[in-house]
Amino acid sequence: MSEVAARPRIAVVYDRLRPEERMLFEAFERSGVPFEQVYAPHQAVDFSRFEPSPFDVVMERCLSQTRGLAFSRLYTAAGAQVINRPEVIETCGDKLATNAALAAAGVPAPRTGVAFTAEAVLELCERFGYPVVLKPVVGSWGRMVSKLSDRDAVEAVLEHKEVLGGPQHKVFYVQEFVRKPGRDIRVFVVGDEVIAAIYRSSEHWITNTARGGSASNCPLTDDLVEVASAAARAVGGGVLAVDVIESERGLLVVEVNHTMEFRNSVSTTGVDIPARVVRYAAEHVVPV
Amino acid sequence: MQTIDTPYGRVDVEPENLTLGELVVTDEGTELEVVGLEPLRFEPAPEEDEDWGE
Repeated sequence: MSEVAARPRIAVVYDRLRPEERMLFEAFERSGVPFEQVYAPHQAVDFSRFEPSPFDVVMERCLSQTRGLAFSRLYTAAGAQVINRPEVIETCGDKLATNAALAAAGVPAPRTGVAFTAEAVLELCERFGYPVVLKPVVGSWGRMVSKLSDRDAVEAVLEHKEVLGGPQHKVFYVQEFVRKPGRDIRVFVVGDEVIAAIYRSSEHWITNTARGGSASNCPLTDDLVEVASAAARAVGGGVLAVDVIESERGLLVVEVNHTMEFRNSVSTTGVDIPARVVRYAAEHVVPV
Repeated sequence: MQTIDTPYGRVDVEPENLTLGELVVTDEGTELEVVGLEPLRFEPAPEEDEDWGE
């Protein structure tokens, strides 16, 4: 009798192969958990032949957030457990939605507001006091984030956005400028567990490692674990990176990332982050 | 190792070790993305798109 190899029950759907995806693939191989690589640009879905997902668990790892959300929705509709779920991606991928979720759950965050006209934005800025930080509602890696020191600067940026931007640039997301000690903290959350954290330090006020910030290990204090866990729960949970800043008011959550990058964090923290993510995915495979 | 001519320069690769989505750099410094394995196909890799991120 011939034996047909069973199809793996976990898939990783991805587009650009970043160091993180490579590390995840290697972690799957090391752990002996069978998985399938699904290259997103090659996929096509015919809704008239929509079939149940061949995978129990799908890990969404697309660089394109639009594509990632689409695959999360498709595989969820097909019955798979997707890491992360589409609602989580929708919330984390939109700073307005993230802040609304954090505020509703009482998670401490910088003073933040949203407005839809230049006049209303200026009123918010006056209320927060200068400098303020203007961010796009959707965006990553510190793109198009502006620190504006006075009303003139805000007016100039608003004029540019109104003239050049599409509809998304008409939603103005404003945040108080929090003076932080030249660093912020990235906390890695996998399911209910806070597994590691790094400091991201930079002489620039944007400390993102994608913008040149350097990484070092950050001890997991009770306060940090509590605030990161609360933020992860507020957005719906899953495999997440919570960005936190230290302020005079304590720890404040700035954003929650749903397709976390961790290339600088494994050797820095000594925690095998991809192995933990793989274990989490394997735990969600439906027992036969 | 195999040397492949592309419109953007030459790349030295081991085709059996390539992964879809992987980046390779030509001798002219252009980043190409592996978009097909059989047959092997490369396309210029965009550096950054508006919705890219984590």
